[in-house]
Amino acid sequence: MQLEYIGAFQVVLGVLARFWPVWLAMAIVLVASFNFRKHLGLYGQLFDSGVGIAGVGICFFWLFTAIFAAKVAPFDPLSQIPVMKDALPGAIEPASKQVYLFGGDKLARDVFSRMVFGSQIVLIIAPAATAFALMVGITLGLPAGYYGGRIDSFLSFLANLVLAFPVILLFYLLVTPGIMDTPIPYAMAGVFFLFPIIFFSVLFYTRFKSRPERIYLLLGLTLLLGGWVYVGLVFNADPLGIISIDPNQLNIFVAVVFASSPGVFRIVRGLTMDIKTRDYVAAAQTRGETPWYIMLWEILPNARGPLIVDACLRIGYTTILLGTLGYFGLGLAPESPDWGTAIKDASRLLRSFIHPALPPTIALMSFVLGLNLLADALREQSMKD
Amino acid sequence: MLSFISRRLGTMALTMLCLTLVVFFLINLEPNLKKLAISQTKMRTTAEQLESWLQRNGYRQNFFVRYGQWLGVVQKQPNIDPATGQAVPRFRFCNEAAEPTYSGILQGDFGCSTKFKTPVATKLFPALGATGILMFWVLVTMVPISLLIGILAGMREGSRTDRTLSVASIATTATPEYVSGVIFTVIFASWLGWLNGSAASASQGITFYNFTLPVMTLAIYGIGYIARMTRASMVEVMTQQYIRTARLKGLSFGNVVVKHALRNALIAPFTVIMLQFPWLLTGVVIVEVMFRYQGFGYTLVEAAGNNDIDLLLGCSLVSVFIVLITQLISDVGYAYLNPRIRVQ
Repeated sequence: MQLEYIGAFQVVLGVLARFWPVWLAMAIVLVASFNFRKHLGLYGQLFDSGVGIAGVGICFFWLFTAIFAAKVAPFDPLSQIPVMKDALPGAIEPASKQVYLFGGDKLARDVFSRMVFGSQIVLIIAPAATAFALMVGITLGLPAGYYGGRIDSFLSFLANLVLAFPVILLFYLLVTPGIMDTPIPYAMAGVFFLFPIIFFSVLFYTRFKSRPERIYLLLGLTLLLGGWVYVGLVFNADPLGIISIDPNQLNIFVAVVFASSPGVFRIVRGLTMDIKTRDYVAAAQTRGETPWYIMLWEILPNARGPLIVDACLRIGYTTILLGTLGYFGLGLAPESPDWGTAIKDASRLLRSFIHPALPPTIALMSFVLGLNLLADALREQSMKD
Repeated sequence: MLSFISRRLGTMALTMLCLTLVVFFLINLEPNLKKLAISQTKMRTTAEQLESWLQRNGYRQNFFVRYGQWLGVVQKQPNIDPATGQAVPRFRFCNEAAEPTYSGILQGDFGCSTKFKTPVATKLFPALGATGILMFWVLVTMVPISLLIGILAGMREGSRTDRTLSVASIATTATPEYVSGVIFTVIFASWLGWLNGSAASASQGITFYNFTLPVMTLAIYGIGYIARMTRASMVEVMTQQYIRTARLKGLSFGNVVVKHALRNALIAPFTVIMLQFPWLLTGVVIVEVMFRYQGFGYTLVEAAGNNDIDLLLGCSLVSVFIVLITQLISDVGYAYLNPRIRVQ
């Protein structure tokens, strides 16, 4: 059967039109932020430079695409419509009269919808894994830098051990179907997911320990919420059944956190060693504050600038890592619409069809570029102060 | 200096020991052994037969004994066929001594590759050689280009050249190999037809036609990073007093840059370039798989994909060694290049 096509210009128009919820949300958020930029602190200062605006814009674009994916994508990312196999961009699907804007892939799925839904996977895993890596790195890096000595040597040795592993080898060892039969990923998840709970408990305890009415509330909330998420993620036994994670995704998550937390550790350690020589730290020590109070409430807030910049870069890097995993077919399900898997599938067939390869590559590149631009603008702004 | 290097070498040996132990543990997990047994017995075998195969070939010995055997500090026992009482090698494509011997990594015996049906050494070292050629060309293109970009951008901070080059280098760091590889293949192989989208023929002979795409893909990711580091270093040097002095005594701008700024600005990028090797290693794996170039990365993926225990162990040993040795070189080189930093 002969497929009908629409022209290139109409494809562009169609793509722009499909993204309408994204444009709307972006317009609201960007106009609002631009008008109130004087009151928004560091985030508001981003709107002073072109690089910053571009970075914020690209990041918001992908954020809203992920949120409104179901509205933006015309087709289901997994459903196959046989007649559309390897259809070129702009082919009209006969049954629904909808258009395969970027064509169909070798399994007759809509490339455009897969790209849109792929953003969901990336935008959930990458920031979450980065957040956990930050927690682990901060909780271990602060004491290593503050106390020095034995603790520092031991933790640094461990960090260097992980850093000496080539990432790809680490993934080939840690993200395999076989390892899911062993308790290793769950044990690692059990250790890593403990860190946020420890971090927040110590954070609140050191600050409010002389104010019982606040401390019990905050500690109780931390333990309750943390414990709930912990039980749901590690043991997959959430009593309410809301929080659950696919074993595959848990495995990827753990591997990515494992690979990127030593980097955070090193940065936090270096910053702590620098900041602990400052006068305000000496003042806090003279006041008789506990070491953990000084670390969490004196040193950490003053290290936030470089950490925010690093977090932005690291989300981008995690996105690249996720793509690498997808590219080697590790961890994620083979039909998963994430960008790395899509690039892998398409790159095998580049000789015959190039159109399924381009949307995921450009999506991944633009998202990482947006984060890097954001990090660059943040760095420029924090240097000005 | 000597004690510094020897201490670093000691730490390095300890790190390698720990890492190989971890790798050895992860590779010898029960599911992996099962897979190996299934692939080696070839027939549809029962669970008992698999178990007896593992037992017979020594995979059921104590973990540390086996690690010691692999390392070469514990004697390897020959496999005695219970029927004939004769020693038979574990895998028919590798020779094994008939009496107990020390033969492990320390003796230079890397074991036996079950995927390629040959001793690991005969597969691994040619592959490393092939990757070495690739790396050589990558460094030859990457280093001069990135240094040039960094110096041009950092020479006059905030100028239009600086802005353009900085954004360009941010863009290349945002482009991982599997993205740039696809884009370059689409442009240069599918669309323009200038270059070959596969480097499989490069094993026989390297030509511009089949080798440019892999080199380009690998180089582009590193260029941005090194260029940014060079730029930062150059910007810092250009604000120094001695540069102002040189300008004030009437030297031309170009002369100041070449004679006074360059030498000092290139110390930091040296470290960065050395530390780039671990990243290049991941890139090498991606690029070699993408362009089907039979090098180290390709071997690693084949070993991991086919559960080839000894080969994968050999690969990890080599890659960990490369990472650690480049770290050492970068530290020593930094101290050597920068007289202000004295090793304590």
